[in-house]
Amino acid sequence: MSTVTTPTATASDTRSAAPEPAAPARARNRRRRTPNVLTYVVLFLISFIIVVPLLWMLLTSFKTDFDAINSPASPWPNPVTTEAYGTLATGNLPILRWFANSVIAASAQTAIILVTASTAAYALARLEFRGKKIVFGAIVATLLVPGVVFLIPNYLIVDSFGWLDSLWAIIVPGAAGAFGVFFLRQFFISLPTEIEEAARVDGAGDFRIFWQIILPLSRPALATLAVLSFLTNWNDFIWPIYVLLSPENLTLQPGLSVLQGTYSTHFGIVMAGAVIASVPVLILFTLAQKQIVESVASSGVKG
Amino acid sequence: MADPAIVTRLGGGLRPRRAAAGRRTRTAYLFLTPFLVIFLIFVVFPAVYGLWISLHVWNPLLDDHPFVGLQNFFDLFTPGSLTFEDFWESMGATGIFVVASVPFLLAIPLGIAVLLNRRIKGGSVFRGIFFAPYVLGVAVVSVLWRYLLDPQLGVVNAVLGLLGLPSDIPWTVDVPWAWISLVGITVWWTLGLNTVILLAGLKGISPDLYEAASLDGAGAWRKFTSVTLPGLRPVMTFVVTVTLLASANMFGQSFLITQGGPGTQTRTAIMYIANQGLVQNQMGAATAMSYLLFAFLAIVSVVNFRLQRDNTK
Repeated sequence: MSTVTTPTATASDTRSAAPEPAAPARARNRRRRTPNVLTYVVLFLISFIIVVPLLWMLLTSFKTDFDAINSPASPWPNPVTTEAYGTLATGNLPILRWFANSVIAASAQTAIILVTASTAAYALARLEFRGKKIVFGAIVATLLVPGVVFLIPNYLIVDSFGWLDSLWAIIVPGAAGAFGVFFLRQFFISLPTEIEEAARVDGAGDFRIFWQIILPLSRPALATLAVLSFLTNWNDFIWPIYVLLSPENLTLQPGLSVLQGTYSTHFGIVMAGAVIASVPVLILFTLAQKQIVESVASSGVKG
Repeated sequence: MADPAIVTRLGGGLRPRRAAAGRRTRTAYLFLTPFLVIFLIFVVFPAVYGLWISLHVWNPLLDDHPFVGLQNFFDLFTPGSLTFEDFWESMGATGIFVVASVPFLLAIPLGIAVLLNRRIKGGSVFRGIFFAPYVLGVAVVSVLWRYLLDPQLGVVNAVLGLLGLPSDIPWTVDVPWAWISLVGITVWWTLGLNTVILLAGLKGISPDLYEAASLDGAGAWRKFTSVTLPGLRPVMTFVVTVTLLASANMFGQSFLITQGGPGTQTRTAIMYIANQGLVQNQMGAATAMSYLLFAFLAIVSVVNFRLQRDNTK
């Protein structure tokens, strides 16, 4: 009883006395208990609940209309058909155009974020200058403001630029978010300064140091930021449904909403649209799973 | 930093400090300019512009925006005003969603994270599966579940019928079912996020603490409450705050799955604000509401931080 409550007190002692690598294997085994069958049963059950709806979406997209409405309890298409995709490709709703719009918008915004966030983060992480605290403070403060505060003013600003109903509205304002700068600054600060100092001694200026030392060393962080930015823009919903107006100018997410309204009970077609909107991000996730998950995981530990 | 040798080589020796500092400042702002331009136009300016709008009756279709001072804010606290009832109904809906969703969004990911922290085979595969729905957009998730939960033609009711269970559950068209659906879908969609963050927190707890607890004869539950939970506290504060804010900003699920129904019972604050401002053209009133919501969330965050800090003592 008395001793169980003391671990918090001993935490710092043990950490300073025995840094992680020195921790005995025995202790490690104790902590990460050998799992029993029940652990696997629960994990498989949750995986099942996660995966089955996604598989159902995929399988339903290969159903005929009649099949989807009449046998909802059977996941297997009977017959298997790509009719829904055919309807989408040739129908009145330009889903291929939406797809292209989404790819263009997400790629362009990602490019803008990489350029603007990396240069700004370099200044904030590596240079000393007047007003640094104010600039950084302002950037961090906006991380805490909910997006809805910007919704209406930005709608009017975008309108005054003539950007309503154009991809510019989807590309540019979202690039001004503070996350990228914050994320890269953390990474740049963690880079060792020795190479940079050596380069300075050799007469390298800030631009050369940024371009030839910092950026090459930061490839993993830049790649992670690129993936996260692409995903965020691809999945954004509330902003595009209000600033994109004509059917041919939509991106995929607001397009799905239109698709659902148009083909309400043609479930095969709606699911085919959802599959088309999911496949690129699921591929991206599969390729960059480690980077995405780790950057998200560290957000809590650092914060 | 100011190694004299370096300064000498760079500046030729006697360059005054202030000139060097000025040059450094110029270079720094050169690097900052591209970001600061869009940041000022689309973040700083709109934050102030929104306050200005909230002081007017602002219909974007009319040229004249009469100045009304704080009237839009007063209206939100005046029973019987045009916005009072609808606004507070939507705030209530957001409140219900926050209260109903946050406990599940914390407890379920915590449970999963504890399981994943054991020595299991395929841990990263499970982690990837649990995280996968989160990379899908709210539109994909919502149209998918809108189909699965359709009361007449949906999959879930059909499967329940096959199992001999009630097959006429009004998942998306009646309360409380609509809330259950919205919470369940949100948990399904985002549980991987909190799981991954909490798992990282668990891995940061020193194994020695568990060993010490074992030597003291602590059982599994005792270790959980006396080692795991205290060790997770900093990470937990972060997760609770982020989850609260995310739930309070719920929009897409209600918009696409229940359309705010039945009636306007699941119409969240964000949904009402966006509709007032961008569909009904009541931009002054809508921006006033957005600032009030912001103030609310700021207070909730601060209270949450205080509570968590006091718990630590």
